[in-house]
Amino acid sequence: MHFHNSLFREDNVLHHIKHYLPAQAALKDFIHHNTLHAFQDRKFFDALSEASTIFGYKTSLSLEEYRNLYAEGKIDVGILHQTITDHKGESQADEWLEKMLRQSFTENFAGRIGYFRSHWKSLYSIDPDLDIHPFLFRFLCSYLDQGISIWRFPVIEGGFLTTIREMEKNMMVSFFKSKRAKNLLYEKSVAIEDLLKILVGDETLYEHYLFDQQFSHPGWSGIVSAVEDMPKTLLDTRKISLKDLVFFELLLEIDLMDHKFGENWMPLGLKMDKKVRPLFGNIQKSEYFEILRLWQLSFEWTYYDQVLGGIIANQKEVKKPESPRFQGLFCIDDREGSLRRNIEALEPSSETFGTPGFFGVAFHYKPMNGKFTMKVCPAPVNPPYLIKEVVDGKKSEKDFHFSDYTHSLFFGWLITHTIGFWSAIRLFINIFIPRLSPATTLSFRHMDRFSKLSIERHHDHDTEDGLMVGFTIDEMTDRVESLLKSIGLVDRFAPLVYVVGHGASSVNNTHYAGYDCGACSGRPGSVNARVISYMANHPSVRENLKSRGITIPASTLFVGALHDTTRDEIEFFDDQFADTNKTAYHEYNKKIFNEALTLNAKERARRFVTIDHKQPLAGLHADVKRRSVSLFEPRPELNHATNTLCIVGRRSLTEDVFLDRRAFMNSYDFRVDPDGTFLFAILSAAAPVCGGINLEYYFSRVDNDKLGAGTKLPHNVMGLFGVANGIDGDLRPGLPNQMVEVHDPLRLLMIVEHYEEVILRMIQKSESLFEWFQNEWVLLVAVHPETKQISRFKDGIFVPYHPTFVPKQVQDTKTLFENERDNLPVFLIQKQNTHVQ
Amino acid sequence: MKEILEILIVWPFFVFFVSLFLPKNNERLISGFVFVTMAIHLFSLTAFVVYWATKGLPAINLMEFFVYKGHNLHFFIDFYFDGITAVYAITGAMLAFLVATYSRIYLHRESGYKRFFNTKMLFYAGYTLTVFSGNLETLFVGWEILGLTSFLLVAFYRDRYLPVKNAYKVFSIYRIGDVGIILAIWASHHLWHENITFAKLQDASLVSHHLEGNTMFGLFISMMLLLAASAKSAQFPFSSWLPRAMEGPTPSSAIFYGSLSVHLGLFLLIRTMPFWEHQMAARIMIGGVGVMTAFIGASIGRVQSSVKSQIAYGSVAQIGLMFVELALGFQTFAIFHFVGNAFLRTYQLLVSPSVVSYMIREQFYHFIPSPVLKQYSKVDKLRNTYYMLSLREFDMDVLLDRFVWRPFKNLGNLLRFINIRNVYFITIPTFALAVFIQLVSYRMPVFVREVLPEIFALIGLFLVFRAYAGRRDVFVVWTLLIMNHFWIVLAISFNDALTVYEILFHLSGVVIAGTLGYFVLHYVTSREKGVDLNGFQGHVYEYPKAASLFLLACLGVAGFPITTTFVGEDILFSHIEYDDVFLAFLLASGFVISGIALIRMYARIFLGPHVKSYHSVAKKSA
Repeated sequence: MHFHNSLFREDNVLHHIKHYLPAQAALKDFIHHNTLHAFQDRKFFDALSEASTIFGYKTSLSLEEYRNLYAEGKIDVGILHQTITDHKGESQADEWLEKMLRQSFTENFAGRIGYFRSHWKSLYSIDPDLDIHPFLFRFLCSYLDQGISIWRFPVIEGGFLTTIREMEKNMMVSFFKSKRAKNLLYEKSVAIEDLLKILVGDETLYEHYLFDQQFSHPGWSGIVSAVEDMPKTLLDTRKISLKDLVFFELLLEIDLMDHKFGENWMPLGLKMDKKVRPLFGNIQKSEYFEILRLWQLSFEWTYYDQVLGGIIANQKEVKKPESPRFQGLFCIDDREGSLRRNIEALEPSSETFGTPGFFGVAFHYKPMNGKFTMKVCPAPVNPPYLIKEVVDGKKSEKDFHFSDYTHSLFFGWLITHTIGFWSAIRLFINIFIPRLSPATTLSFRHMDRFSKLSIERHHDHDTEDGLMVGFTIDEMTDRVESLLKSIGLVDRFAPLVYVVGHGASSVNNTHYAGYDCGACSGRPGSVNARVISYMANHPSVRENLKSRGITIPASTLFVGALHDTTRDEIEFFDDQFADTNKTAYHEYNKKIFNEALTLNAKERARRFVTIDHKQPLAGLHADVKRRSVSLFEPRPELNHATNTLCIVGRRSLTEDVFLDRRAFMNSYDFRVDPDGTFLFAILSAAAPVCGGINLEYYFSRVDNDKLGAGTKLPHNVMGLFGVANGIDGDLRPGLPNQMVEVHDPLRLLMIVEHYEEVILRMIQKSESLFEWFQNEWVLLVAVHPETKQISRFKDGIFVPYHPTFVPKQVQDTKTLFENERDNLPVFLIQKQNTHVQ
Repeated sequence: MKEILEILIVWPFFVFFVSLFLPKNNERLISGFVFVTMAIHLFSLTAFVVYWATKGLPAINLMEFFVYKGHNLHFFIDFYFDGITAVYAITGAMLAFLVATYSRIYLHRESGYKRFFNTKMLFYAGYTLTVFSGNLETLFVGWEILGLTSFLLVAFYRDRYLPVKNAYKVFSIYRIGDVGIILAIWASHHLWHENITFAKLQDASLVSHHLEGNTMFGLFISMMLLLAASAKSAQFPFSSWLPRAMEGPTPSSAIFYGSLSVHLGLFLLIRTMPFWEHQMAARIMIGGVGVMTAFIGASIGRVQSSVKSQIAYGSVAQIGLMFVELALGFQTFAIFHFVGNAFLRTYQLLVSPSVVSYMIREQFYHFIPSPVLKQYSKVDKLRNTYYMLSLREFDMDVLLDRFVWRPFKNLGNLLRFINIRNVYFITIPTFALAVFIQLVSYRMPVFVREVLPEIFALIGLFLVFRAYAGRRDVFVVWTLLIMNHFWIVLAISFNDALTVYEILFHLSGVVIAGTLGYFVLHYVTSREKGVDLNGFQGHVYEYPKAASLFLLACLGVAGFPITTTFVGEDILFSHIEYDDVFLAFLLASGFVISGIALIRMYARIFLGPHVKSYHSVAKKSA
């Protein structure tokens, strides 16, 4: 309406709000990310105190929790003293120690957010949220709904606000109870600022008010913002923007006030007699946060020190088998580490490698008869390639319990009288003999193992959905080369090289996508494993690879596979060999895999209190599998819980160090990559992916109420894109309590085996990568490849670090797993039999 | 057979009491105990029914014992067992057993594990009592237990705002249903001149004999039963509580609101069918409510975009149809319908989280984008209106608020001048004056004497309204709620038949509970500043024991079947004359609103997000 010189810049303010809102997309695209991503330009601990002061988040464990950990010995005395001395100096150490252990503080998680807007209640005895939220949420959910409602929202092209305008015109009821709001809606030139003028009055408080308002329902605002930025996250796309939402909500607020007080009431900002403290800025460093920082550092370094001590102790040079029986490529994922260890222990002449689970082939995948494509590579990548499933044997089973008919009057009547009784039997079966059903998400369903894939592109015009179908020989060669070089597998190829992707299976799990492979955008990695194997087996590719220094013998065959991390099962692809020798080899290897999987299931089972983890292996494995199909099991697996480490180096660096499934492991051989080219690629992917996972677990764990999704037991599915408690609640982004309760909130420690100067050069190559380490959201340690000298990255430089921890040697891991349910310390595994040469 | 039946009824109560004493942290023991005892119950119930069937399905009436024997009122517990009971009991036992088994692992590590199973067992005990009840009084005991346990389970996550708010909402609507039952009991006393059993209702000639010449009174009873049934079964205009009850862990929502609790309104109608089936007007009303609900429920269900509310409204619509079936006289059909619906909805709710992966996968292969219109046509104007009304649940909540809750609050606000400084100075002398008037009233003209009970009851009711609207001082509210009982007794005392013993019988419960509540309030307010009723304060976080005691006190004052007041209420009602519907209505309203005000007090002081922010609490909207 007017363009005077105003303080309020709508676009800037909305952008600012969007920056702080939760950035979680629809459930089907669950991708882990740093919950406090908006604070990432600040130092980690500064961010913690700021986020807590402004938004009232609990950003670390509580003082009491730390003190308990200390009392239980989970924070080491020596490390604690060291941390205090390092930060406060010898002279003040005692004083700080006393404060940490005994001084009482009033903790406060009220935050500044919402204070200003709460004055509606104190000054006008009106709580706008009480009236507006239920309708607003239901309306938004109906607009965005992806297929729950039978009668779909009558959407008008042009977006959310246009639809509201048109509806208001074409409806015999109204959104509003008063006149002014209705007129403001029709008036096209009305801007947010005009509405704020009515509601708030004081220009300096406009932004503050909008923050308060949107953060009274961060979940809904977050999904609106996410849909605005990534419309594809909804299959049934909807046009909406945060601006639309803010506009509509302000109108509803004006309407509410007008309805109660007529059109003459004083705007909130002018009615305030107290001065409102600005949301941002002026955050003083307090002793309380300083103490939390010291505690957190001590907690972290208690564990880091163990790990680094373990690496030092693992001095013996492990000889690699000259002619390995088989090699396995696994995902970097923390859940794969123990499987690899078990395989290596069962077959010492095998070798395993870790690499992000999309195996360097980024593309979109379209299953047979699929109407959409899905991205199966890290989220930030947008590859122009498409892999199609051309023949498949998948059958889709139906379950009438999800059918719309049950809710209609007549069919519902028929159904309750007939199949309603079938539900009783189904219920009985599901409770006493849980088994696979159409409701189960099964990782092996992602791609039919007998299907064919269109991997090779012969003509440039092979396109679909604007994507190129398949890869050319040159493109394949590039990918295979990068993959093999980045993990250091360039010679001594075994007759069979398994490329094992991973996925998860569960039922009654709204967060199922968060259980699959993070490097495949929350999907199983089976297609990628198969595609890279096809490429590496291609004769022309191998021919090309020779000129690039990699000679894969003709006798070597790559075989794709999928590991189901919930069920601990494996499925191999294209494993019908013409050569009977190969078949025999493969059969033997399969046995090793299966045995290792059972052992892995046992190792995992120690965390599952509800199953008997001391029973014989076969029964135990069956129990573990049953979790993935049990409707009543809220923890089919524990996913990334306890993740703390990311190791980039040769297997020999940590081969005998027991890391208790807490480490992401990326194989990397500095000798193949002296100048760090591949290291840069690895770190660029690992820092945001592993760091994102780690920080999401961290924040969901420390403040499950505000930064996590709370307990999942009362969750209700909203529009297929989110969950809320009950039917009137805000969306709950973040991780549910059941996923994070056993997680120790420690930051990710990245351990890289290379020369300091190379690492330093590589992390400085990209500003966004450097930020992770410089601001200490992810910690970095370098291990000198020859001397094993350890140094930690701090304020731009590497400083030597001498771990104090000396790990115990342990021979029998079995009894250890049976006797301890909690996190295990680092120790060295003493192998019973020596390596086969 | 009698003994077996008795054991079957008492068993769940026994299990509940034992479960209270199990160690809090021993999940295995708690759930194992519930699992075994529930399995025993299911098994023996089934065995009993089979045995009973071989005996030719005889209807069994068990006159248990007299709780109170007055000269014109016998309050006795009575059980009845027939085919209807058998179906309801077995369906209930199966679902309760299956859901208990389901919850054993589902609730693993949840704080409140024991509380969940305690409440569930009490719920099941109340359910059993209700379906085995042989007269309205016994049914009412079970009914009250169901109301309380529903409140507790909806508010299972008692540290969040919405569960507590919605639990309170559910309780309030249940309480409206209670007016129906209280008045139906009162009217029945006058109609039958005894505590009529369901067994006797089977005698068609007896029923028609009593209804003869009492048509309006008979219709009044039927309407009250319908009111109670509609509230409990979420029929129009009470439907909106059902989806909002889905705040607890999914299995509790499934069993309570998906299947058992919500079908009990229907049960009440089935039970009393011999009574109302010959009243055409009653049948039309029941059918009318059913049709209305079926239509509205199905409409609202069609626009729901969250899975649990969709199931809830789907269920509501089907129960509407069951009302219709019943009104048409198809009793067996309705029972059959109930069983199918109960299992279907339970299972649907239990698998509801799977809907995401299932539907997304379905869509991936069979996607049809929803149409995006260029503009709305003329027809769309009607369609949009219908859509929006469905989305707004036909403003049922607004209606209830405008015509029920708001007037109560407004009336209460008229008495806002009563505060902590003057509450005793105003109420006690007024009451003393009233007592004096009562004592000398025999000298007053008849017309004055005739309106005095109503005036006193009205004063009591106003005090309750004041308590219901109270926001500031907890002691004022508490005092007013207790005073209400005294005013009621005074109002009834004009009936010469009321004995001192009966007065003491009634008030003793109130006084004990009132004193207990007073001390708890004193304990908490002396330690915490600013305890008021202005919003939820969540003090259970620091005072879990005080919270439990206060809940007991509230229940006692509210006439929950734990003190003599429960029977006392019935006694008082029996002294209201046949033609004094207005007084009965005033008293019933008083009981109901005071019950709501008491639970409101408990909820506001002890439940909801904790006012202290030294620990993290979820957002109010979460």
